[in-house]
Amino acid sequence: MEQNSKKTETHSIGVYLWIWGLLFVFSAFSYMVDWYNFQGLLRWSLIIFFMLVKAGLIMAIFMHLYWERWAIVNVLLWPMTAIMVFVGIMVAESEYTFFTRALYFVMGG
Amino acid sequence: MSEIDTSKLPQGGKGFMHDFAADQTTFKGVPWGKAMMWIFLLSDTFIFSCFLISLMTARASTVAEWPYPSEVFGLTMFGVEVPLLLIAIMTFVLITSSGTMALAVKYGYERNRKMCGYLILATAVGGLTFVGMQAFEWSKLIFHDGVRPWGNPFGAEQFGAFFFMVTGFHGTHVSIGVIFLFIYARKTLRGDFDTGRRGYFTSMKSDYKAIEILGLYWHFVDLVWVFIFAFFYLW
Repeated sequence: MEQNSKKTETHSIGVYLWIWGLLFVFSAFSYMVDWYNFQGLLRWSLIIFFMLVKAGLIMAIFMHLYWERWAIVNVLLWPMTAIMVFVGIMVAESEYTFFTRALYFVMGG
Repeated sequence: MSEIDTSKLPQGGKGFMHDFAADQTTFKGVPWGKAMMWIFLLSDTFIFSCFLISLMTARASTVAEWPYPSEVFGLTMFGVEVPLLLIAIMTFVLITSSGTMALAVKYGYERNRKMCGYLILATAVGGLTFVGMQAFEWSKLIFHDGVRPWGNPFGAEQFGAFFFMVTGFHGTHVSIGVIFLFIYARKTLRGDFDTGRRGYFTSMKSDYKAIEILGLYWHFVDLVWVFIFAFFYLW
């Protein structure tokens, strides 16, 4: 057990403090999107951009994925494409549902 | 488990081929507990994705006006309407606890018992604060605004159902995490990982790798909040 934990890498405290600070800054930025009441495409793209940056920093540094071997990184990240496909399917589905609801509920068929 | 020196193995894409072509362990240098935690988190990702995708579907397909979260979750402080104030504070609290957890994992690997233990304790307190604020948020919405899973005074009726489902499921994860953080803070500070004391539940010896696995769970809870904050509260 002794030599096991000696071999595992530790990183300098500065790395964590930097990422911590960046997460604060990006959270503040995404709150600013609401504070300044941006609307439409600008709002959505900014929200998604800050969200992805924060998620990437947490996964890469805090969850140590950056230092893991490709075997586990690939096993964890490829399934996300299935989620994206599902999102695409449901966007099409909800547009159709909205169309039929508008047609029958609002316009009365 | 005998430890593999992964620095001697091929790295990157070649390492990927090498590890998957190996006739033994695929995840080389990854303790089984950590691999299992990652697999669990992957399945949890799918559950939360299903919630958020159904939120998207409901919101995009309703003809009724969707309640504007900025106003629903706004608070009046000193006579000024501040949008999403409580949610913003909750976000910062959760990120802070994620930072202390990352440091706890670092000190765990350095076998620094006290720093590791106290940082886990700080993480647990942060998590508890988050759950407390969520309880406040829920009671405000239920008792003051009259939001129900089947209807609310703001707009589209599905809003309440999604609010309780998504934030409730996340809050459950935080609560379970807080319980485990307190348990592991006690185990760490008592020196279980230095003396090789056997666990009460598993009767197995453990070491500081358990802290990294606990950390993975806690960072995941923070990670999910990033997506809920974006898609439920900001969108």
